[in-house]
Amino acid sequence: MLGNSVLVEIKNLRTYFHLPEGTVRAVDGVDLTVRRGHTLGVVGESGCGKSVTALSLLRLVPSPGRIEGGEILFYRTVEEAGASSALTDVIDLAKLEPNGREMRSIRGNQISMVFQEPMSALIPVRTVGSQITEVITLHQKVSEAEAREIAADMLARVRLPKPRQALDDYPFQLSGGMRQRAVIAMALCCRPKLLIADEPTTALDVTTEAQILDLMRELQKEFGMAIMYITHNLGVIAEMAEMVAVMYLGKVVELTDVRTLFMSPLHPYTRALLKSIPQLTDAVTRGGKKPRLQTIEGMVPDPYSVLPGCTFHPRCPERIPDVCDRVEPGVSEVAPGHSVKCHLYSSP
Amino acid sequence: MASYIVKRIIRMIPQVFLISILAFIIIQLPPGDYLTEHLNRLRQSGRQQDEVEIRRWVQMYGLDRPMYEQYLKWITNIVFRLDFGYTFQWNKSVREVIASRMGYTLAIALFSAVFTWVVALPIGIFVAVKQYSIADYFFTLLGFIGLAVPGFLLAMVVMYVSYTQFGVKVGGLFSVEYQLQPWSWAKFVDLLGHIWIPIVILGINGTAGLIRTMRATMLDELRKQYVLVARAKGLSELKVLLRYPVRIAINPFISTIGWLLPWFFSGGTVVEIVLNLPTAGPALWRALMGQDMYLAGSYILISGTLVAIGSLISDILLAVVDPRVRFGSLEGQ
Repeated sequence: MLGNSVLVEIKNLRTYFHLPEGTVRAVDGVDLTVRRGHTLGVVGESGCGKSVTALSLLRLVPSPGRIEGGEILFYRTVEEAGASSALTDVIDLAKLEPNGREMRSIRGNQISMVFQEPMSALIPVRTVGSQITEVITLHQKVSEAEAREIAADMLARVRLPKPRQALDDYPFQLSGGMRQRAVIAMALCCRPKLLIADEPTTALDVTTEAQILDLMRELQKEFGMAIMYITHNLGVIAEMAEMVAVMYLGKVVELTDVRTLFMSPLHPYTRALLKSIPQLTDAVTRGGKKPRLQTIEGMVPDPYSVLPGCTFHPRCPERIPDVCDRVEPGVSEVAPGHSVKCHLYSSP
Repeated sequence: MASYIVKRIIRMIPQVFLISILAFIIIQLPPGDYLTEHLNRLRQSGRQQDEVEIRRWVQMYGLDRPMYEQYLKWITNIVFRLDFGYTFQWNKSVREVIASRMGYTLAIALFSAVFTWVVALPIGIFVAVKQYSIADYFFTLLGFIGLAVPGFLLAMVVMYVSYTQFGVKVGGLFSVEYQLQPWSWAKFVDLLGHIWIPIVILGINGTAGLIRTMRATMLDELRKQYVLVARAKGLSELKVLLRYPVRIAINPFISTIGWLLPWFFSGGTVVEIVLNLPTAGPALWRALMGQDMYLAGSYILISGTLVAIGSLISDILLAVVDPRVRFGSLEGQ
């Protein structure tokens, strides 16, 4: 039952960067599951490894980064003419050649990605149309003219005004919001099974952000695709995600559905993260006396160091002396679909 | 686009006009002139009939008239009759001298440019992609050597080595036996055997410089997000490189194409003298040494005009490859 609805299963993924200064364990034993047609939110501070997890999935980790271990199982459907039902085969993306033919046929086709900066996601010297049709002709057996049709249709779906004209526009002739729509259209024109969105609205203003988020949810329903939504913004997570993974220093510390995350968070890091959201009502109801913003104590530790025990223990207000700084906590499932990596909840 | 080109050409006309005035002033600047000296020499040897001939020239070119009249006469002859004047050193019209050398000059210039590009572009891209690899260090070292060694020295070393080691006499564009013969297949083959040396020597300095430029701009572009986006599309690495960062990294190449023209016309003079080539550079040098004013003036005028034409070509090409230039110029109206 589960096997059929799972699209991507990441198991104990480890992606390290070997630098002259030392090894950065950007992703250090991550387990994640993305279900078909569902949205998984990945949240955490800058440098927690959420983007590297996404890049590992696409096998685009920049050098000197390397996948050191683990599996990225992609349950792809192979549609065969004649077969009554679509077959599913499992492929371990972590084992593929990063720039090999097979990985490239998945990238941009079945799994595509939208990046953070719409301003620099398109090259200024080529038309928007040529950059979109390129990905269509690469993965589909269509002519240049048909690809143009598909591109114009997709630009209309992301509600870009005058989609046909936009094909011949250069990126610098579009506004930031329009460009992000074009980039989303580019990612969707091969109807991917999974769309990875890495903070796609961070560079946009709030109104545009709301429009883009609405658009993505709409298109998700229409195409039935799964979304892996990466952000540091908990408000966006509340709006977009069904399941949420909270990451800290390359590890998933809590994994639960979005409602439980906000109603009863368990991990001390998640709780601290939720407390540090600025509240609009606080400032207003207290008659102009602004409360201090809550922050998480301490700093993210030096990325080259390997901490014994739980990686959050130096900043944790609830640490158990002689346990948290010595023994790495295991993952405990406190309720169905809610797991947390913390000694406070581990069964003895 | 069309209006951009037209406007750019119109702007060139006063440029070239100013160049012609400057060229004329420059050749008039040194005291004395070829004819006066020649006349003195003739008088001392008592050859009167030549003196009559020379006086005819003086009148013909208005050499006894004020300077602005001389200029007007000079420039109208050039513009309306393509008559660049007479060279007293060669006893020919300037046009003949230039025309006889122009073919070789342009051939060597063109092939040097092609050599530079064909070698520098791929190496520049390669060392940027493989930054800090052994290949990168190797080409960096080679590049600095290429930049540091002056062309004429390289020419002399090549001549010395090929003569002493292989017994091959390098220099000129033809072997002695073909020098005065009419064109034939054998003469053409002989030319091919000689012409690659000046092409490589003249191209090598430019190549070293362009590798550095290409590497630097490529490294800048490779960090841009659109490269990652292109990879995420599933394009092969070669297509990603050629369609994305290279498209922007070649801009500095294109904007300097224009400078190649005048550089090859006169910039390789010393190398050409060392290699004894029948090209424009050495003739200009001789003209300047001998105060052969019309020949020298014409060379300065032509080089100057080539600078103007070269930057015109660069600007147009840049507008073709980079829409930002095109639209920027339209918005600026």
